[in-house]
Amino acid sequence: MPFFLPNRGPGRLIIVEGIDGSGKSTQIALLSQWLRLRGFAVAFSEWNSSPLVKETTRRGKKKEMFTPTSFSLIHATDFADRMERYILPLLKAGAVVCADRYAYTAFARDVVRGVDRAWVRNLYRFALKPDLAFYFKVPLETALGRILGGRNALKYYEAGMDLGLSRNIEESFRIFQGRILAEYESMIEEMGFHVIDATKSIESQQQEMRRIVLREFGLVRPPGVLGVDLNAARLHA
Amino acid sequence: MPDYKARPPLSYYRTALPGVDYSELQGKLIVIEGPDAVGRSTQIRGLKPWLEEAGHAVLDTGMARSALAGKGIKEAKQGNTLGPVTMTMYYLTDFADRLENEIIPALRAGVVVLTDRYIYSVMARAIARGENRAWIEKTAGFALVPHAVFYLRAEVQDLITRVVVGRGAFDYWESGLDNGFGHNMYDSFVRYQSRLIRVFDSLAVPYGFEVIDATRPPVEVFESLKTSVSRIFEPQEKSQAEHPRKPAQRVDALPNVKSASGRK
Repeated sequence: MPFFLPNRGPGRLIIVEGIDGSGKSTQIALLSQWLRLRGFAVAFSEWNSSPLVKETTRRGKKKEMFTPTSFSLIHATDFADRMERYILPLLKAGAVVCADRYAYTAFARDVVRGVDRAWVRNLYRFALKPDLAFYFKVPLETALGRILGGRNALKYYEAGMDLGLSRNIEESFRIFQGRILAEYESMIEEMGFHVIDATKSIESQQQEMRRIVLREFGLVRPPGVLGVDLNAARLHA
Repeated sequence: MPDYKARPPLSYYRTALPGVDYSELQGKLIVIEGPDAVGRSTQIRGLKPWLEEAGHAVLDTGMARSALAGKGIKEAKQGNTLGPVTMTMYYLTDFADRLENEIIPALRAGVVVLTDRYIYSVMARAIARGENRAWIEKTAGFALVPHAVFYLRAEVQDLITRVVVGRGAFDYWESGLDNGFGHNMYDSFVRYQSRLIRVFDSLAVPYGFEVIDATRPPVEVFESLKTSVSRIFEPQEKSQAEHPRKPAQRVDALPNVKSASGRK
């Protein structure tokens, strides 16, 4: 049974996944910049960013009203809105859409929260299958070091405090992220992730991503994929 | 006619909610369903005091009334950019919040929950807009199987009369204009509501609706409802004590329906 609907293009969908502190956001930003410079029409979509549900999510988080199920559903609402209004039409137009986190985030996180695995996978059946899915593989301690060193204010749901794993927010975050990491690891084969070793330098990770993109998309912009012809543009300059 | 006394204590359709002990749920869950403008809220306004007079504590709830998502849905409907999947998801978020934070606690306390619409409306709207039936049925499968679902049924022409006489104008969403069912609100209303009625009809047997003829005057509909609702309470104490959590036959006939006794 397929998890997602096929992307009938002509655009391409590239997504990144990984636990907090795996460095995926840095890498997808660099990759989309690189694609733009190569003349591609690039769009970017971030997890939990739909203006339509922003207020509801804020209210739920502030008052700590979420249950695992409503938390899962509000994120699916956010995702549906971005899919219907942004990702799908842009792919139809031929853009390369880069997404920071995708349905796999829900598959990992919501299951750790106790939501039924089959239910959450069915929930996202309306999503389009990514053309490329990168997973940033990193040991828990490395990721925790990056997060806990970088900023001091962990948030309630982000740390999985709703699960009652520990009264200590940092300890709760540690256990929660560890469980999410295990869920991601178990999905690698099944979902066909391209695994990036996120312990390597930023430069070498980026090089590896670009190499995979070139291998999958080819050296020239595929037919139907939207962009500008950089050589022609240069001639007129 | 649904065999109410054989209905088990409350259980879910397909997927258990994390952290809910279904055997604790003592109250009754009664659903009033049906298309827009069929007169659901009028009937609920009558049923609530009638049940209270009989000594039942009643919680009345309805779609888009959750503390979490009610306001967000109303705001989202102000703009015309709410896609069909997004709308379905938003309504289910609202439903989940009410189910876990209002309905289940009330049932645990032995309250009669009277709900204006349920997952069937969310499902019908999604299916009428062309979404996949199996997908939405599974997604909404965390809902409780109610003790009774009363489907107020009428034809489109009856709905039109009620909209025009009662409200004086057609509504954007009730006309399904978001999905372009017609070139004007009237045509769109007719086409969309006809489709909704057909979808509700198709849900009636698998979900055990009791169909109430809502083309009759409201007082007659109310009499029918009172008769049917009374039946839910008659055999209650006895049958439950004698046959604790015996799965009902008609519920077992539904694919993937799990009874409370099937869980740990």
